[in-house]
Amino acid sequence: MTPQSNIMVVAPIIASREAELRQLLTSMNREPGLADPTNTLVPFGQFASLHFARFVILADETRKDLLVYGKALPSATNSLAFLCDFDGSADHLRRELVVHAEAGLRQIFSCCQTFRPDSDLLRWMEEHEQPAATTYNNWLGRTARQVREEDELRAALDHQLRTNVARDANSRQVWNQLRAFVAAEQAAGRLTLTSPAPTPLSWKVKDLLHCIGVPLLLLLVSPLLLLYLPIFLIQLRTREVRDPVIAPRPAADHARLLAIQEDRVITNQFSAYGNIKPGLLRRWTLVFLFFVLEYTTRHIYNRGFLARVNTIHFARWVFLDNRTRIYFASNYDGSLETYMGDFINKVGWGLNLVFSNGLGYPRTNWLVMDGAKDEQTFKDFLRRHQIPTDVWYDAAPGVTAYDMERNSRIRSGIQQQTITDAELSEWIKLL
Amino acid sequence: MALTNADYRDLQGLLRYGYGRLTESCFLLLRIDDSVAAGHWLETAPVTTAEEQNPPPIRALQVALTYEGLRKLGISDDVLKGFSAEFISGMSGDENRSRRLGDEGASAPKDWQWGGPGSVPDMVAIIYAQRGLLAEWKITIEDGLTQCGFKLLRCLPATNMGGVEPFGFVDGVSQPRLDWEGQRNVSGDKLSYENVSMLGEFVLGYPNEYGKYTGRPTILAQEPGDLPMADDLPGYKDIGRNGTYLVIRQIEQDVRGFWRFIDEQVKQDASKRQDLAEKMVGRQMSGDPLLPTTAQSITGVGPETRDLQQNQFTFDGDANGIRCPFGAHVRRANPRNADYPAGTHGLVARLVRLLGFGRKAMREDMLASTRFHRLLRRGREYGTKLSPDQRFQPAPPDEQPSGLQFVCLNANIGRQFEFVQSAWLMNGKFDGLSEESDPLLGNREVVAGCPLDGFSLPVVDGVRQQIRDIPCFTTVRGGAYFFLPGVRALRFLARAARV
Repeated sequence: MTPQSNIMVVAPIIASREAELRQLLTSMNREPGLADPTNTLVPFGQFASLHFARFVILADETRKDLLVYGKALPSATNSLAFLCDFDGSADHLRRELVVHAEAGLRQIFSCCQTFRPDSDLLRWMEEHEQPAATTYNNWLGRTARQVREEDELRAALDHQLRTNVARDANSRQVWNQLRAFVAAEQAAGRLTLTSPAPTPLSWKVKDLLHCIGVPLLLLLVSPLLLLYLPIFLIQLRTREVRDPVIAPRPAADHARLLAIQEDRVITNQFSAYGNIKPGLLRRWTLVFLFFVLEYTTRHIYNRGFLARVNTIHFARWVFLDNRTRIYFASNYDGSLETYMGDFINKVGWGLNLVFSNGLGYPRTNWLVMDGAKDEQTFKDFLRRHQIPTDVWYDAAPGVTAYDMERNSRIRSGIQQQTITDAELSEWIKLL
Repeated sequence: MALTNADYRDLQGLLRYGYGRLTESCFLLLRIDDSVAAGHWLETAPVTTAEEQNPPPIRALQVALTYEGLRKLGISDDVLKGFSAEFISGMSGDENRSRRLGDEGASAPKDWQWGGPGSVPDMVAIIYAQRGLLAEWKITIEDGLTQCGFKLLRCLPATNMGGVEPFGFVDGVSQPRLDWEGQRNVSGDKLSYENVSMLGEFVLGYPNEYGKYTGRPTILAQEPGDLPMADDLPGYKDIGRNGTYLVIRQIEQDVRGFWRFIDEQVKQDASKRQDLAEKMVGRQMSGDPLLPTTAQSITGVGPETRDLQQNQFTFDGDANGIRCPFGAHVRRANPRNADYPAGTHGLVARLVRLLGFGRKAMREDMLASTRFHRLLRRGREYGTKLSPDQRFQPAPPDEQPSGLQFVCLNANIGRQFEFVQSAWLMNGKFDGLSEESDPLLGNREVVAGCPLDGFSLPVVDGVRQQIRDIPCFTTVRGGAYFFLPGVRALRFLARAARV
C-alpha cells in the first residue's frame, strides 16, 4: 500500500513581477484555470505519482475586514503557493520535479522575493514549504497509477461487454468471460493491473504511533480540558454574540472570475483564503480542532467519505502568516452550488466548527449550531473568501471519487478466484 | 401565519393557479421604447391576482420584467442590486452560466430566436383565456401596450394539447404544494419525502426551507412608496415581497426523432415502444408513476384520488433502478428523497449517519435533499400536436415545430431552477451514473472526454442494458429570467419610471 502525501511551497511575490508571474501561469493552461498536462513550464503529465497540483496567487482581498476589530491592516504582499497531492514520499516528488521541471520552476519562482538565480531549487522549495494543519485524502493507498489502470480496465470491460459478450449470458458466464478477457489482455500487454507495493515500514510505525498516541494524549489531558471547558464556553459565547458577520454579496466581477474556471470538467478546484478572528482563543481553538480533525481524516475518514460527503478527492487546511490566516484547498466533484449545498445540509456542524473561527463568518451559537444554516449568508461568505486557482491540474479528469471506488470494486471482482452468487449479483451491477 | 385575502390580492395569480381552465394562452415578449408611457400602462395594468374569484376568471394577465426592463424603467441602482445575481446577469448573459445550464451546441444562446445576447426582452405579458376568447383579449392587451410605448418583439404561441406534452406524455402531473397557511415547521430534519414547500421557496418575502428569507430588494420605510413591510428587516419596505422569479425557456421537441429512435431500439416491435419511452421519461404515458403507490401517505399528496394515484410514490422501493431507471427524466428532476437516506429513523440512526457511517450500499446518499430544489411549473405546450400515427410519418413541409414553453417559478434561481438543470438533469455523473445525461433534455455534448449520449436500464440479475448514441431530442430556442412582482411592487416600479 502506497500512502499519499502533499507539499505546499509558499513564497512572497516581488510586487513588480506579479503581472509577469500571472502571465507565466496563464500560459500553462489550456482552458481558463485548467492546466495543460504537457505545458513546457511544469509538465504535470510526466509525474506518474501526481494526483492534483495547483499554483495559486494568495491575495487577501478581504484584509480590510480586520479593521472592524480595530486591528492594524496587514501588508498587502501577495504570495505564490504551489501545491501537490501525490503518492509516496515528498523527497521523491521534489527530486522528480527538479528532474522534469527545473527550468520552468526556476522561471516561476524567480518572481518570488527570496529566490536567487543561484538558489538550489530543491533546498529552496524545502525551506519554503508550509505543512498543512489537516489534510484529507479520499482513499488511503489509492495511487494515481491505480486510478488510471482501473479506469482503463473499466473502459475495456465496457467495450468487451458491448461487442463480444452475448446479451443472454448469465452473470456467472459474464464474469468468467470477462476474467478470461482480462487475463488475455494482460498477457498481451494491453492492460496492466499493478499489484500494490508493500507499505513502507517507517510509515506504518508513524501511523500506528499517531493512531494510538493521539487518543492517549487526549485522554491524559482530558481532565485539564474538562476543567477548562466551562471557561472556554463562556469565553466563546461572549465572543460569538459580538463577532461581526461580514458577508456582503460578492461583486459581479469577482463572481465571474471564479465562474470562468468552474464546471469545465466534472471535478472542480476550490481555494479559499481568509483571516482568522483575532485573539488567542480562536487561534488555539483552531489548532486543537485541526489536531482532532487530522486524526479523523487519517484513521477514520479514509475510505471514500468525510462524514456524509463522498465527493472530495483531496483537501487541506494550512495556517499561514504566523497562524493569522488560513488557506483551504479542495478538489471535489460536481458544481460549487452542489458542494456548498451538500456541506450546509450534510455537514453544517463540521463547517461551523472549523470555519466559524474565520473572520466574518455567519453567526454561530455554541460553535456548531446555526452558522452555515443561514444558507445565503454562508454562500456569500464562502464566495467572498474564494480566490481563483491560477493553474489547476487533475491527473484523472472525468473520473469522480465515486467512479474510482466503483472501478476498484470492479477490479476486485475480476481478480477474485471465486465469487459467491451474492457477491456476483452486487458486482454485476457495477458494470 | 396564514395569508389573508389582502395578501392574495397582492400576489400575481400564477403563483397560486396554473389557469388550466384557461386553455388558450400566449406570451407577449416586449421591448420598452418609452419608459414614461410604459410606467403609465404598468400602473393600471389589469394583472390577475391570486385572490380566489367566484366564478373563476375567464381571462388572465400576468406581467414580469427582466433586469434590462427594470433598468429601462429607471429603477435606481440601489434597488436593482437587491435582485439576485442570476437575474441581473440574465439566462444568456454569461457563457459560464450557459455552460452549466447545458445551453451549448445547437442550444447555444447565440442561435436563440429570442433571449440571446442582444435580444433579451424587457417584459413579458402572459395572457390566458377560455377557449375562443384569446384572440379578442390579445388585441385588447396588445393595443394597450403599443399605445403605451411598448414594442411587441415576439408572441410565443401556445397550443392546447389537453394536458399532454408533444412526445405524448401527460404532463403537469406533479407540483409542490405551497404552505399558504404558514404551518410548516422546518427547524428540524425531514426524514421522509413531503410534497409541501415553505412559501418562501416560491414567494419572496417569506421564510424558505432553511427558515430564512431569500435576499430581495428592500428600501427604507421612510422612502415613498406603497409597499408591504419586510417581515425580517424592521424599518424596511419589501419590494420583492409577494413577487418571485419567473423562468421561461422555449424548448423545441423533435417528436418524430424521439419515436424514430425508440422504434429503432425496439427493432420496430410496436408493443415494446411505449415501455422503453416510459422508462426514459420515468412515468407512464398516462401520467401514472412507474412505481406502485406507497402504503404510507405522503404529506402534500392527495386527498384527490387522481393525485394519490399519480404522486403517492417515492423511489425508496426501487433502490436498483429496475422499475424506474436512475437516469430517467422524472427521477432526475425530482428524486423524491429526504434529508437522510431512506430508512434512517431515530436519533441514534441519524447520529450514525451524521458522522458518516451506517452506509448499506455503495450508491447511497448521493443526492441532495429535494425539498431545497423544487420548482413550480407553469409551462404550456406549443406547435402542432401529433397523433400517435403521425409521429411515425414524415413531417409535411410546412409543419410548425412543436415543443414546450417551459415556465417555472422559484424564489432562488441558483438553488432551484439552475441547480435542477445543472446538477441533476445535465450532470453526466448524476447519482453514480456515467456517460449519460437527461434522456429528453440532454444536449449530448462531450464533457471531459466522456460522451453523454447514453442511457442505462438496470436489470434484475445481470449487466444493465445500455443504450448508446442517443440523438438530441430537444433544442432550446429562447429563454430569459423575469421578475414577477407583487401587485403593489409592480405599481411602485411603474411609478419609478415617471420620476
